[in-house]
Amino acid sequence: MSQPTGSASLGHAQQQPAPPPPDLVEVTLTINGSPKTLHVAPWTSLLDALRLQLDLTGTKKGCDHGQCGACTVLVDGRRINSCLTLAVMQEGRAVTTIEGLARGDALHPMQEAFVEHDAFQCGYCTPGQICSAVGMLEEGRATTDDDIRELMSGNLCRCGAYPNIVAAIRQVMDAQATDAKGTDAKATNKAGGPS
Amino acid sequence: MIAKPTIPDLLDQSPDRPGAQIGKPVSRVDGRLKVTGAAKYAAEFNTPGLVHGYILSSAVARGRILRMDTARALALPGVLQVFTHENRPSLPWFDRRWKDDDAPKGSPFRPLYDATIHHALQPIALVVAESFELARYAARLIHVEYEADPHQTDLQAASAAAFTPGKDKGGFEPPPKPRGDADRALAEAEVSVDLEFTQAVEHHNPMEMHASTVVYHNDGTLTVHDKTQGPLNTQTYVCNVFGLPKEAVRVISPFVGGAFGSGLRPQHQLFMAMLAATTLKRSVRVELSRPQMFSFGHRPETLQRVALGARKDGTLTAIIHEAVQETSQTENYVEVVVNWSGQQYKCDNVRLDYKLARMDTHTPLDQRAPGAATGVPALEIAMDELAARLGMDPLELRLRNYTEIDPNTGKPFSSKELRACFRQGAERFGWSRRNPVPRSMRQGRQLIGWGMATGVWDAMQGQASARARLGIDGTLTVGSATADIGPGTYTAMTQIAADVLGLPLDKVSFQLGDSNLPMAPLQGGSWTVSSVGSAVKAVCDRLRERLAKLATGLNDGPLKGLKAGDLDFAGGFLVARSDPSWRLSITEVMRANDLLVLEEEALSVPYYKAQMQHKAGTHSAVFAEVRVDEDLGTVQVTRVVSAVAAGRIINPKTARSQVMGAVVWGLGMALEEETMTDQRLGRFMNHDFAEYHIPVNADVHDIDVIFVEEHDEVVNPLGAKGVGEIGIVGVPAAIANAIYHATGKRICDLPITADKILEG
Repeated sequence: MSQPTGSASLGHAQQQPAPPPPDLVEVTLTINGSPKTLHVAPWTSLLDALRLQLDLTGTKKGCDHGQCGACTVLVDGRRINSCLTLAVMQEGRAVTTIEGLARGDALHPMQEAFVEHDAFQCGYCTPGQICSAVGMLEEGRATTDDDIRELMSGNLCRCGAYPNIVAAIRQVMDAQATDAKGTDAKATNKAGGPS
Repeated sequence: MIAKPTIPDLLDQSPDRPGAQIGKPVSRVDGRLKVTGAAKYAAEFNTPGLVHGYILSSAVARGRILRMDTARALALPGVLQVFTHENRPSLPWFDRRWKDDDAPKGSPFRPLYDATIHHALQPIALVVAESFELARYAARLIHVEYEADPHQTDLQAASAAAFTPGKDKGGFEPPPKPRGDADRALAEAEVSVDLEFTQAVEHHNPMEMHASTVVYHNDGTLTVHDKTQGPLNTQTYVCNVFGLPKEAVRVISPFVGGAFGSGLRPQHQLFMAMLAATTLKRSVRVELSRPQMFSFGHRPETLQRVALGARKDGTLTAIIHEAVQETSQTENYVEVVVNWSGQQYKCDNVRLDYKLARMDTHTPLDQRAPGAATGVPALEIAMDELAARLGMDPLELRLRNYTEIDPNTGKPFSSKELRACFRQGAERFGWSRRNPVPRSMRQGRQLIGWGMATGVWDAMQGQASARARLGIDGTLTVGSATADIGPGTYTAMTQIAADVLGLPLDKVSFQLGDSNLPMAPLQGGSWTVSSVGSAVKAVCDRLRERLAKLATGLNDGPLKGLKAGDLDFAGGFLVARSDPSWRLSITEVMRANDLLVLEEEALSVPYYKAQMQHKAGTHSAVFAEVRVDEDLGTVQVTRVVSAVAAGRIINPKTARSQVMGAVVWGLGMALEEETMTDQRLGRFMNHDFAEYHIPVNADVHDIDVIFVEEHDEVVNPLGAKGVGEIGIVGVPAAIANAIYHATGKRICDLPITADKILEG
């Protein structure tokens, strides 16, 4: 038997005009090293502000719900899902996106490692993976491949490039460890250690 | 001009020959664009004055819209229009105007056509506003009253009215006629198995959500950036639906964030963006939300039965494979599910049966290895069970019934190095050390199991064209209107072109994703290298011939009088094979002939005659190790070895990634992926990434890919079969069989979630 159904949630409020869209708010952020002043609605996510207002489309929208990690950026060096924060909440903070990782023509070591290890196919989750990997190494919690897998599991890759992603991150992690050792050794020498 | 389809055209396959680029594991040529964020996808073409559309989806599964009140949405400043079935402009009535290159028989879905609701989440309105957030907000202010009709979304119930489809879709072959008497042979078999399988609905869920940006130009022409596996398919569809000449619509989609089949048909966001752009005369973007990614095609739910009979020595005497699959009320979506069971093994008594059942859902849609990924696992799980009942090694059972011809057609395979896959895969995995007894390996509370299975897919080729332009500086640009949804088409085509003309890779660029380029078929079914790659080879062969003629015709040149076949092309030079010190650069040849550019276009046509006389396929042997937690029922796939025979591999690096990624897909299919229907409401209930589980990094461990050597002179002039699908096909069964070996439980309902392991 057929029965009419309605969107009950709206109920009698139907007759009332809806609240108007919110006014724009001025926000100043440091984006990839440069200060930017934006006029955004309070309901605009950092992700949409980046993609639509700043034309920084390297940061991807994969779900808009914090479930896939494609929108990962670094805020004051920490990795966050830019779809889960509003642009107005980041006033005064430093945001690094995928576009801000390379130094001129020189790719960031993580970007180079991703190319070398073929750590992507379609490339859509890639900026988020790379920003997340850079942030993860900064956290200093990963020592094994299993750690990398666990700490990178917030970044989905539908092409299934995971083993190559782990290999790429491993390479950068090992290179950083070697560099750190070299720096430590130098420091020890300077301090007048055994020579 | 049509390229001559001659067979001995096959290039020397050694990656060490002069000028070789094919066969080298080079990094992706578009890698830099992808890791810097510079690669632009459909929703990333920002343009002045761009407005945003947001789609409202139906709340009921079947029925009709009685009333829609859009006044509150329209009253908001910044909302430009709300499109519904009541105010849409005139749209074509004939089905054929709505057909696309991947449409099956039936009536394609027409968004906003009338008040009828065919399936849950059907798009019923488009709000267009100055900002994305405003459009989304306004969509929630639309009041809809429905009259809901009873729906049928239960395949078990719907299968009572299942029917046998015809040849209802391109690429679909109905099952062959029965051979022998399979039912009698089964009844009389010394050993037999008879199993029933269910395969859950799966959604493609590429990371990039479907989106279209339509840029409206002042002269009324449109540039369409669409998420598509074929820019020409998009162009034809929008021209037919909106009554536009091809010259007025250019599709430009250089990057596609995955698709796996979801971009084979134009999805409704394209229609919506076009509708708004042509009506409002504005540039419009419409992007689906992740839940709306569950509102169109999916891998169909399938019920199967596989029964096998054998003699005690393992010789198969009966194969029965029956499948019932869902389709919509309006189209006959079909895929090859059961035919593989007549092709894989030698057997005199075979009966294959394939039926469709209508449900109130959106029409299903090809998803990675459509049909094979559903049907082959059922056969391969049944083979494993048969091996267990025979007390025989599962690999030995497959070798016992190995076939060198396709029993369905009686034709020989164009090539089939599956034995080498078995041998090399088993060796790499350590299969000979397997104790056949279930539950024989454990570590603490972890049961360890080893399983294996075979994979198969077709090697296909379609017609395709390519255009090439060689400059006097030795730079080459080649283009074809194909797509690169992730396999590495840019890279593979660049390698093929560079290889033929002996150019360094950085002198060659390949263009795709543009409807102004020469014709290419949809990217799908693992046939892009075969189809478009052959066109690229053909057009570069033609340039090579012209250059050779020009060089050997130069009166005072060092190559005078030589034949084209006496020359190598390497490093930008034409080199005499007899004495490499005799050579001319491409620049020298062109300058001496007063040429600044050489241009060619070629159409590549399959070797129809040779291909008709053969069955062409890719094959694989997959070995998997699982650890099953006895208390929790959780499964970890700790090792997978996939040995693949797919002809010549153009780029072992990207091809390995494709197979590896497909193994991850197989893992998802075996253990995680399942779109569940709330039968009371007739709608999918887990329509986001939190509830629809795809494998994450922590789910994936060692994946080892082997490409066995395979030569094939029938499939195409490159001898390359393509690897997009073959990687997934054997994986679900190898994992299911490993779970059996670990636990002693034979689970035939995919995905094998923890509850099923704990239950039995």
